[in-house]
Amino acid sequence: MIDSSIAADRLETFNYKVVRQFAVMTVVWGIVGMAVGVLIAAQLIWPQLNFDIPWLSYGRLRPLHTNAVIFAFGGSGLFATSYYVVQRTCQARLFSDKLAAFTFWGWQAVIVAAAITLPLGYTSSKEYAELEWPIDILITLVWVAYAVVFFGTIARRRVRHIYVANWFFGSYILTIAILHIFNNIELPVSLWKSYSAYAGVQDAMVQWWYGHNAVGFFLTTSFLGMMYYFVPKQAGRPIYSYRLSIVHFWALAFTYMWAGPHHLLYTSLPDWTQSLGMAFSLILLAPSWGGMINGIMTLQGAWHRLRTDPILKFMVTALSFYGMSTFEGSMMSIRTVNALSHYTDWTIGHVHSGALGWVAMITFGSLYYLIPRLYGRASMYSTRAVELHFWVATIGVVLYIASMWIAGVQQGLMWRDTATDGTLVYSFVEELKTRLPYYVIRFVGGAMYLSGVFIMAWNVWMTLRGQRAVDPAVPLGEPQPRSAAIATPATA
Amino acid sequence: MSILYLLLPLSLLFVLVIGLALGWAVFSGQFDDPDDAGSSIFHEPDT
Repeated sequence: MIDSSIAADRLETFNYKVVRQFAVMTVVWGIVGMAVGVLIAAQLIWPQLNFDIPWLSYGRLRPLHTNAVIFAFGGSGLFATSYYVVQRTCQARLFSDKLAAFTFWGWQAVIVAAAITLPLGYTSSKEYAELEWPIDILITLVWVAYAVVFFGTIARRRVRHIYVANWFFGSYILTIAILHIFNNIELPVSLWKSYSAYAGVQDAMVQWWYGHNAVGFFLTTSFLGMMYYFVPKQAGRPIYSYRLSIVHFWALAFTYMWAGPHHLLYTSLPDWTQSLGMAFSLILLAPSWGGMINGIMTLQGAWHRLRTDPILKFMVTALSFYGMSTFEGSMMSIRTVNALSHYTDWTIGHVHSGALGWVAMITFGSLYYLIPRLYGRASMYSTRAVELHFWVATIGVVLYIASMWIAGVQQGLMWRDTATDGTLVYSFVEELKTRLPYYVIRFVGGAMYLSGVFIMAWNVWMTLRGQRAVDPAVPLGEPQPRSAAIATPATA
Repeated sequence: MSILYLLLPLSLLFVLVIGLALGWAVFSGQFDDPDDAGSSIFHEPDT
């Protein structure tokens, strides 16, 4: 199957090649996805920036932005870190080199196909699932291969215990497979056009069952997996409470699936379904904060290192944003709050507090730990550049979300303002005109965040330039040797 | 809301799978020594 398994077990090396490929592409897609985001933020201020070219219009670029940052940037980061963590913690090489290579090239093909078809206007019009059916099929194939590689590696592990990060990664891989398949059941009518198998509110319910769990499993449990390995490693101390990590993992797994209807409050969805979604969204706060508290408390006794270690700053800031945005999310799913916040820029602010503050920052922190080790170095080329990246990114996020909060609350209040005779006080365009300063601040914040990724790209380039890629040998015999009862032989 | 006849069984199936995984993990001794498990990632050098 793999070269090293023919020789003695002792010669087995880790497959760092696929980790390196995904890690570098994470930075590349981060720049692309966030640059598109900054462009469409600018278009909301200066509409002329679509240059009257349909391919560059807001409606086509916005799904490109979301797909690029979630699936290209976030997805590549998750492939890289999950492949690294599963190999290190299981002390085994990836299950299959060929399948792992297929996941890399297949995933890049999905991203390129998205970058071509979305600006051309081919869309299934389901949010975060816009890609048309041929690309959906390719995603399914890549994802099944991913599951085989990941769970196959766990099956041939040399240690008895499955480290908690792998549970988080495993649940994300499994759930996304089911969500993707059932949300994208569609009837093709031509190569680039299909219709959903569900209609009306049924379709909306499937879409947000998918949509919310995509947030829950693609952007939360998976990145918690990243957190549970890289935060203890960078802090140099074990996770605060391993017991808490077990409890909150199973609590998250059992409760996340039921919160989707909170995206459809005050719609034709039955009332009891809306209430169910709202109740589960509130329950979710507890397991979410379990992860946040566990991560932050890991620094107990090492707080002084925050002064000097920008990678830890990234991680702790990410965890703070995770705690903030999960609290905010639970609150926004309450009907009366949602009546004010829904359809306003508050939602955009909430999403970016999670995406820029939590997802991207924990990814940056993890990559700054990971990338030097893939090239046989102890640290990044420039720690000062990491520090600069941290501050530019943090100030950028704060500008972004604060402006969107204010704009969103103002929108909600102006839209609902009724005079004593029952008429609306403000017309829509009167409210629209008030948004301009907030959109400018958001654009500045987003541009700052993007410039931080450019700093990272330079730093990564300087780190790996002239370095030889390393594939270290799997350390054997510690802490527990592989036994026949635990894992199948590598020669299978 | 006929869609719930698909989504509810699907989600309940998920709960069942998660429950079985939890049962396996508990009874196969995965969680017997959480303190050692937490420090296991430091048992091998990675630089």
